[in-house]
Amino acid sequence: MDLSAISPTLLIASLMVAATPILLAAIGELVVEKAGVLNLGVEGMMITGAICGFAIAVETGSPVLGFICAAIGAAILSMIFGVLTQFFLSNQVATGLALTLFGLGLSSLLGQSYVGIKPPSTEKIDFPLLSDIPYLGPIVFNHDLMVYLTLALVAAVWATLKYTRAGLILRAVGENHDAAHALGYKVIRVRLMAIAFGGACAGLGGAYLSLIRVPQWTEGMTAGAGWIALAIVVFASWRPLRVLLGAYLFGGVTVLQLNLQAAGMAIPVEYLSMSPYLITILVLVIMSAPRKGGKARMSLAAPACLGRAFHASS
Amino acid sequence: MVRLEKRPQPSKKWIYLTPIVAVVATMIAGGIMFAILGKDPFEAIRTIFWDPLFNEQFAAYSRPQLLVKAAPLILIAIGLSLGFRAGIWNIGAEGQYIMGAIFGAAVGLAFYPTESWIIFPLMVIAGAIGGLLWAMIPGVLRVYFRTNEILVSLLLVYVAEFILASMSLGLLRNPEGAGFPGSRNFKSYASAHNAELIAGTGMHWGVVAAFIAVIFAYVLLAKHMLGFQIRLTGEAPRAARFGGVNPARLILFCLGTSGALAGLAGLFEVSGPSGQISIDFNVGYGFTAIIVAFLGRLHPVGILLAGLLMALTYIGGELASLMLGIPAAAIQAFQGMLLFFLLAVDVLTNYRVSFGKAEVA
Repeated sequence: MDLSAISPTLLIASLMVAATPILLAAIGELVVEKAGVLNLGVEGMMITGAICGFAIAVETGSPVLGFICAAIGAAILSMIFGVLTQFFLSNQVATGLALTLFGLGLSSLLGQSYVGIKPPSTEKIDFPLLSDIPYLGPIVFNHDLMVYLTLALVAAVWATLKYTRAGLILRAVGENHDAAHALGYKVIRVRLMAIAFGGACAGLGGAYLSLIRVPQWTEGMTAGAGWIALAIVVFASWRPLRVLLGAYLFGGVTVLQLNLQAAGMAIPVEYLSMSPYLITILVLVIMSAPRKGGKARMSLAAPACLGRAFHASS
Repeated sequence: MVRLEKRPQPSKKWIYLTPIVAVVATMIAGGIMFAILGKDPFEAIRTIFWDPLFNEQFAAYSRPQLLVKAAPLILIAIGLSLGFRAGIWNIGAEGQYIMGAIFGAAVGLAFYPTESWIIFPLMVIAGAIGGLLWAMIPGVLRVYFRTNEILVSLLLVYVAEFILASMSLGLLRNPEGAGFPGSRNFKSYASAHNAELIAGTGMHWGVVAAFIAVIFAYVLLAKHMLGFQIRLTGEAPRAARFGGVNPARLILFCLGTSGALAGLAGLFEVSGPSGQISIDFNVGYGFTAIIVAFLGRLHPVGILLAGLLMALTYIGGELASLMLGIPAAAIQAFQGMLLFFLLAVDVLTNYRVSFGKAEVA
């Protein structure tokens, strides 16, 4: 085994790329959960976004158009979940699962003629001078646009939730929907918008996988990324900046195990490949374990109405 | 203006009607999907739902397949339904199914080439234990660390898939297999083979186990204290707490049972219809079983019927892809749609639709 082949600079740089799809999906899901809705369909929306973005990018030759259509496609799909849970008052856990199962089927149906094609490549942004800074340059200033947009999105979500009226209303709806309703806020409308936003983000994350990270289309290519995004929201105790931390931690583990595989470590490939999932579970356990005070850190932070259906007359 | 009014009691009529309405709605929506794909929708629906059972040309092959496909679905769904009723969400049955298959197959392969009647029963026990242990991970973590069992059980599916790959490439690989991945085939090892019990019916031990599970689940839910506690926890969690239901015990019981049943399903599959451990051994029964559980209204008899129906869509889907060139993925989307419609129609069980302006309360 040759560990010296692993360059820390490249490792951190590729960590940011590996974390981006999960970060996108997780920040979207965070907004959804802050509005009091638990959407377990992230995986299904991600993979639908992956194929929508891929197909459009291949057909038009424009990755930008691909990303836009991925967001729109996944947001439309998320509206199935929105209508079912908000108007038909269906069980959110079951509906989210249905969304994942349907999304996986739909995506492989749509993607049949796109297997084995290379998508148009996305340019990396060149920051003159900045990217020449030793160490820092290749790490921070040598990525594609989506990496920076994602970071900006995280900051925007953080600021919106914390400082704006819209963010306050969203949180009110998630913490106590009856009180928010009594104050005259449109609970269902707010939640539908949050769900659509979450869908669009998951779609972007999926498209990032199929257009930049991998880049090609294979069936079931998200491989649990959507579920890991869900876990990261819990890990982050529903705080946007901690989502960033969680996604980068996960990205780090993924990249590290890939590098260890390449370096020929004496552990079989399968066991290295499962490590991101195991570490996600481990982190979940640590975050949700009860503290000395009795209550888990997690249960204090969770939006109070998470997963509960709202019906105005009851 | 359309409004929903909560019913004081869930409607008995709609409990039975919803699955039927959902299936019909799915057929219509599925027909539209097939039409978009450029196929004749009526022919497609007939090929999926009618031909496997009644077309003389295919029925001889398809009818036995119905039991073969339905057995794992029913077995897994019965276990899942117990937890779902109590609000305990084990959605990692696919992983438990894989682990059951690996454990069971490992025991069988360890005895190779000894012939004895005891080997198959030992494999069955090992299969159940494999699934049980795998399901106990989210169970124990939930009880002692309050970790969300939905996420843990699901993430463990991916871990199980990697273990499966590792096993079929390494430990359990057939030493006489010329280096190809995959274990020895149980079809050529009589003591460990889960053969057809009655030739030409598709009836194997897994089918028998599925029927037994249906009966046990029915008795448990209808007559047993534990079944009552499961239903109580699902319908009125607060009342259950005051009524002295031990939540930890319930969580471990529901997850353990569903894991063991999923493990059994995996074992019966690997030793029978599939025949060997291979990288692509699992085909998603663990996820489809979630649809089966809901379509069967979480009721054992309903699950039995729903499992047969879902098996029919699998077989009909294969037939449709063979005869009409409908992609296999379309069937997967079709099954997902079924769950959507079911959940949508379900609103009528608990709510009454009324038209006109809301009265002032």
